[in-house]
Amino acid sequence: MKRLGKIALGVGLVVWTIMPIYNMILVALDDDAAEYSGHLWPSEMNFESFRVIWTQDYWYLEHFWHQFGNSCFMGFMTMVLTVAIGSLASFGLGRMRLRHGWVLGHVALLTYALPASFLAIPFVHIMHRYGLSDSLWSVIASQTMFATPYAILIFQQYGRLIPLELDDAARVDGASPGQMYWRIYLPLMAPALVAVGTYALLLAWNEYLYQFLLLSSPQSMTVAVALDQFFDSDEAPWNYMMATAIVYSLPPVATYYALRRYMVAGLTMGGVKG
Amino acid sequence: MSGASQSLEIGRVSPARRPFRFGTPRGSERAWIGAFLIPYGAVFVAFLAYPVAFGLWMGSSPALYGHLARDPKFLPTVVNTLVYVGIGVNVTMFGALLLSGYFLDKSRWIKALLVLFMLPWALPAIPAFVSWHWMLISHHGLVNSLLDQVFDIEGPIWFNEYWLALGANIVATIWKWMPFWTLIFLAGRMAIPQDIYDAADVDGAVGISRFAYVTFPLLGNLYLICTLLSTLWLIGDFTTVNFVSNGAPARMTEVLATYGTHLAFQSGDPPLGAAAMLSLLPLMIPLAILLIRKIRADELQL
Repeated sequence: MKRLGKIALGVGLVVWTIMPIYNMILVALDDDAAEYSGHLWPSEMNFESFRVIWTQDYWYLEHFWHQFGNSCFMGFMTMVLTVAIGSLASFGLGRMRLRHGWVLGHVALLTYALPASFLAIPFVHIMHRYGLSDSLWSVIASQTMFATPYAILIFQQYGRLIPLELDDAARVDGASPGQMYWRIYLPLMAPALVAVGTYALLLAWNEYLYQFLLLSSPQSMTVAVALDQFFDSDEAPWNYMMATAIVYSLPPVATYYALRRYMVAGLTMGGVKG
Repeated sequence: MSGASQSLEIGRVSPARRPFRFGTPRGSERAWIGAFLIPYGAVFVAFLAYPVAFGLWMGSSPALYGHLARDPKFLPTVVNTLVYVGIGVNVTMFGALLLSGYFLDKSRWIKALLVLFMLPWALPAIPAFVSWHWMLISHHGLVNSLLDQVFDIEGPIWFNEYWLALGANIVATIWKWMPFWTLIFLAGRMAIPQDIYDAADVDGAVGISRFAYVTFPLLGNLYLICTLLSTLWLIGDFTTVNFVSNGAPARMTEVLATYGTHLAFQSGDPPLGAAAMLSLLPLMIPLAILLIRKIRADELQL
């Protein structure tokens, strides 16, 4: 009986999880989106919309691969910068026995209290002042800024697992703090670095508002913004849009499943050591 | 930064002079710490402190709030935000807490199920929410087709009814974020030593009483911290409402994030938009303070 309940819950969870994803595939495989007819199964396997994306054969999708490249560049730079800046800061705060270092950690934490959408309005103005409007770097800056406090938190927590005696031993051997960071801290932190890097990548890939507000030309646009353009038109081909959405979803899903072990270990190690 | 580290190289005297296990850093180490913290400091000042100060300045005129108060859409929007965040966060967190117990099971198929269950979290928000919108729109969306063809019920026009549209936003948010928190709570449960449960067993705490008197008190702080965090995140959430209901019907289900953004960029009144966002500050500051105190008190972090 108990086992039956577990199986029922399991089946329910599968349906709940799969439904929107199944819907994406269903719409993408539909041959004529204009007359969407409420099939529960795709009537025929029609890969036309994927061909259109591949060849950029529709005017909304003219720059698709360029924009896909933009998304990748943005995600990758956010990941690298978050890991670099976060690990430097947490090394400085956590390993160097800085008096009052925790104050800085808390100031970083305050970022959490800021809703991303509140900051967006002044952020767009400031980016104009910096001359970064319509530049991918403005989006990278915003995402790095949001991801870094979390990175510092996780790194600080994870860093406690590395004995400070290692640093002392390195000091005695004449290592500079820079060498300690590069040769001892970073290699031992590898799982946390991977976890936080993936987190930053997913964050940037998930984000929409800043990309929408900051990027306007087709050249600098990312796929997230391009996807939204489909909503501007009444006759937009929904099957193309859903196929685009599926292609856009593949990199983060693949990254997550490839690095799942590191991710879970890194996030939860830092997360719940009581 | 490279300039800083260069001068540090010069400033570095024979390291052996420095006794180890010193309480606070000094001399060249002090300069090194500066170098380590400069990148984050620069990002913080240029991309956080300055925009925040600018935003506060934008929304500082009291006249703006008078203007907001006279807008008939403002109060309903605040109510929507509170309902959306209040229900969304609590159902997500409590559901995640219960599900984390389910996923504790060691059997192979439940482990495989967890891998699948994490999919919404890995999936980017926009495709997911576009799909939710598409699933519910018109009589031909997947949900209504299912209701019609399997159960022979004529489904409602979801985005024509206030409660259904608001509910759709909430359900989509839960779908997207429950997996992440389930994972966090699962790790929290796994960190509870088995002997505590063994002791509870001896005392006869099983089933619900085990959950109520052992698991929940031990996870209580984690639960509170996660709830606060997800509340703060959800208050700033623009994407869900923008893509799932897009304010339908007739801009009735907007939350402050979408309302403020529309004011700022579609109505071309950025100060008013900033003021709309700032109007939740009295709620958010106590939450943020509580969060920081909790994190500090326990050294238990997320």
